[in-house]
Order: sequence, then C-alpha cells, then structure tokens
Amino acid sequence: MKDFNIADICISQAAKVWAEDGEVLATGIGLIPRLAASLSKIAFNEGLMITDGETYLIDEPFPLGVERELKVEGYMSYSRVFENLWGGSRHAMVTPTQIDQFAQMNISCIGDYASPKVQLLGSRGFPGNSINHKNSVFIPAHTIKSFVEGEVDMVSSIGFKKENKHQPEIGKVVTNLGVFDFNGDNNSFRLISIHPDVDLATIEQSTGFQVDVSNYVETELPSSREIEIIDYLDPKGMRFSVFGG
Amino acid sequence: MDKVISIDQFIAELDSGMTIGIGGWGARRKPMDLVRAICRSSIKDLTVVSYGGPDVGLLCSEGKINKLIFGFVSLDLIPLEAHFRKARQHGSLKNISELDEGMLQWGLRAAAMRLPFLPTKIGFGTDILKHNSHIKTIVSPYEDQQELVAMPAINLDVAIIHVNQADKKGNTHIYGPDPFFDDLFARAAKKTFVSTEQIVRTEDLGGTEKAIFNRFERNLVNGVIASPGGAHPTSCAPDYGFDLSHLKDYSSQVDNYSEYKKRFVDLEPTDYHKAVGGIDSIYSLPLPSF
Repeated sequence: MKDFNIADICISQAAKVWAEDGEVLATGIGLIPRLAASLSKIAFNEGLMITDGETYLIDEPFPLGVERELKVEGYMSYSRVFENLWGGSRHAMVTPTQIDQFAQMNISCIGDYASPKVQLLGSRGFPGNSINHKNSVFIPAHTIKSFVEGEVDMVSSIGFKKENKHQPEIGKVVTNLGVFDFNGDNNSFRLISIHPDVDLATIEQSTGFQVDVSNYVETELPSSREIEIIDYLDPKGMRFSVFGG
Repeated sequence: MDKVISIDQFIAELDSGMTIGIGGWGARRKPMDLVRAICRSSIKDLTVVSYGGPDVGLLCSEGKINKLIFGFVSLDLIPLEAHFRKARQHGSLKNISELDEGMLQWGLRAAAMRLPFLPTKIGFGTDILKHNSHIKTIVSPYEDQQELVAMPAINLDVAIIHVNQADKKGNTHIYGPDPFFDDLFARAAKKTFVSTEQIVRTEDLGGTEKAIFNRFERNLVNGVIASPGGAHPTSCAPDYGFDLSHLKDYSSQVDNYSEYKKRFVDLEPTDYHKAVGGIDSIYSLPLPSF
C-alpha cells in the first residue's frame, strides 16, 4: 500500500466538505483549507466560487507559491464578501485557536479578557459568519489546547447552546487525527473517521470534552487523481510544513 | 476651491479626545504618514476605529489610544500585530470595543446614514455582546417579532484615508482593486482628511474611464495632503506592495520601541523616505500575491 502524507489526507477530506454545496463561495482560510477548496473545485464541485486570496473570483484554481496567471470570473471585494455571507451562500473552512463541545470557536484572545495572556486577532468575521452560513473547521494539531474543556475563553462564533435562538451550521471538523462533526445526539462532537495509524485513545486524550465514537470508519485515503491535483496546486510542498514533526 | 493642506495643518485640525476612524484594511492602504504625524504630535486620548494594522500598533506603542473600536488587528502575512498584542497583554489597552467586522461596517453605515443604529442578527450567541454592554437589542415590529441586535452608529470626529490620486478639490481615486470601507469612514465622519500618492489636475483624473475609482464624493473631504509613499510600510496597490521586511523589523522592535520611533516615526516624510531606502524603493515594492 502506498504511503500517504497527513497533509494530503487532510486536504482530501477537507475538500469533500464542499462536494454537495452547489454554487457557494468556498472560503478556505489558511494554507490547507485553501488547497482543499481549490481541490474541491477541480475534483468535486465545479460550481464553487473561490477567490485569488484577495479581490477576484477565479475561474480556475492556481498553484500556490509560483508565478501564476489569474483566470478571473468575477469580483469579490471585502464589501462583496459581506453582502454574500449575510445572504448565507458561503461555506468557509476556518482554523480557530480554540473550539469547545458546543462548537463555539475563539480567535480573539486567551485568558482574562481585560488583559489577556495571549492576544490573538480579534473576532474578525466569526460572529457574522457563524450565524449566517455553514462553517467547517481544520485543526492541524488536535490537542486539549485546541479542543478545550468547558468553553472557549472568548466566544467568537455562535455554538449549539440551548439558550441560543440561532444555531450554527457546522460542516466537518478535519484534524491531524480524524474527521469529526457535531451531528451526534444534541449536536455532540462525533468521530466520523479515524486517520491511519491513529488510535482512539489518542483522540480521546487529545480532546477536552466527550467524543462520540459509537460509529466511525477508517479515513479513506486520497485517490491518485487527488494527489496529482494537490501536487499541481502546491508544487513546492508548502503543505508539509503545516504539520509538526 | 483648494483643500490642499500640509501635514502640520492637518494636525492642527485634531484635538485630544477625538474619535478618529482610519481607512484601509490590516496592512493595506493605511494613511501611515498621517498616523506617524499623530504619533509625533501632542494629541492623545484618542478613540480609534479601524480594521487595524500597523496604524493601531504604532498608536498603541505611542500610548495615544484611550479606546479602540476594532474587528481585528493584523499585518496580514504576519497574522498577529506585535505592538497591539503587547498593549493588550500588558494591560495598557483595556478600553476596547471588539466587534465583528460586519458590525463595525454596520456601525459606520448607521453613522453615515445619520441613524442611531442598524439592525442585525450578528453578535447573538457570542461574547461580543457580553463585552459590549452598550450594545442593546430590539424586537422587530413586524410579524416575525424576532429579537435583533441594534448596532449603534459609530460617529467619527475625523476620518483619515490614503488614496492613489486626488485633485485639490478633494476628488479622490482609489485604484487598488478593493476600496475596503473607506467610503463609510468618510461618510461617518464630521471631517475627512485624505493623504494621496499624487495630487493631479481634475482633468488628469482620467475622465469617464476612471470615474468608477472615485469611491466617495469630494464634499466629504476637508483636506488633501500630498503623501507619496504615504502608506508605507503598508501596501498601496497598484503603486506598491507592503514592505514585509520593514514590517518584520517593526514587529521585532516591539520591546525596543523608542529605537524604532527614533529611526522611523520622529521624522518628516522626506526623511522617512530616506530612512527606508528612498521613495523609489517604496515604489519598487512588489505587489503581494496571496
């Protein structure tokens, strides 16, 4: 059996989150999600709208880190991104610093809010994204620091809390250990597939809350066509630097 | 009509305690010449409203900010802004209003429309509302009766914006592909001051072909300041990209700010150009590709 890299497994799995979305704006924030959105547009859903990472909608995904020719199909300034996302026709993949049992996410700060231990970005568009459209999650290092016990320090994204009148829509959560969703009983966190060479105990020890492991399979490896496309999209292999070790 | 003023005349228009909105986005098209001039001035206790980048960082390290209203502070390719982080982590910037990026836009838009607020569902279920206790909710008067966030207007005393071209009457052109929310900053402010790469004659603005790049009207503009290279170290597409090595240097000197200040802030623009390698080196900075 061919030996696959964790980066390729994650990109392949992440790409599949957009497969059934039809014509939506697919925003992959960060290298792996971005490669995944590009792979998805080529391999799974040609209806996806993706940007050049800045202002234009592009007709064909291009390789990262090398000279490129933009094949533009439309315009997507920040103002347009907001108009689009408020209408709900977007599916983003994001990498929060913390996520909790309610799918609440934090990119704002760690520790006491008045004088945080670690100041991060601020909540950016997470409050608006999470109440308006579907979000999936990519976490390169699945640990109890990212999958926190209790609740995240600063709730940037709405989660599945009973008192909320609005509920989020979470696609998949792809990590270096497996693929998950929040479609267990009462929107609990659920293992869908476990990556090769990962054991259940590692997943449970690396997650600060209960994981529903009642029904899962081994993660499907990327096809040779997917690998070919990923190699085309990332000719310099930047994706391998995302994962430690 | 001639609205062209010097940087000193711009500073004379400001007072301590004002609410100042800063155009641009992250490390893109920030009016840095004007921000550095504020740093050199005696103005203080500002309420700053920004999609923040090094504008916010510099003002943090200068201790100019009484209150920060923001959606994020980032240098784009360098995700975390070191000077802002330090101010937050050391507890010197406690007075903040952290908003969703869209709520910030909504607040500016409400001010621009002379409304007290605009409704949105954004904020529910997050700690944004917990940490912004001044933001209230309303109930829809229609059949749906749903509760909505009443995002209050963010009224600005002054907006500062950097553009590619302007004429002396205050007609401005932003040639970068994304005008961000500069138009709303201008509309939300009592007075708007625009720094510009070039001041040209009205007839040289490009006529019908380029009129689409005029993103807001000249009657919103109170002063035009010549500022070639004035967004450096942020980008000003299509004229130049951001100066990543300068931004790295700036970030690394967070604990040695007085040195950075001496080298790059306590200088008039022409001396600043020399300090960063000359105006031609700014204009040769390549546009980034993401």
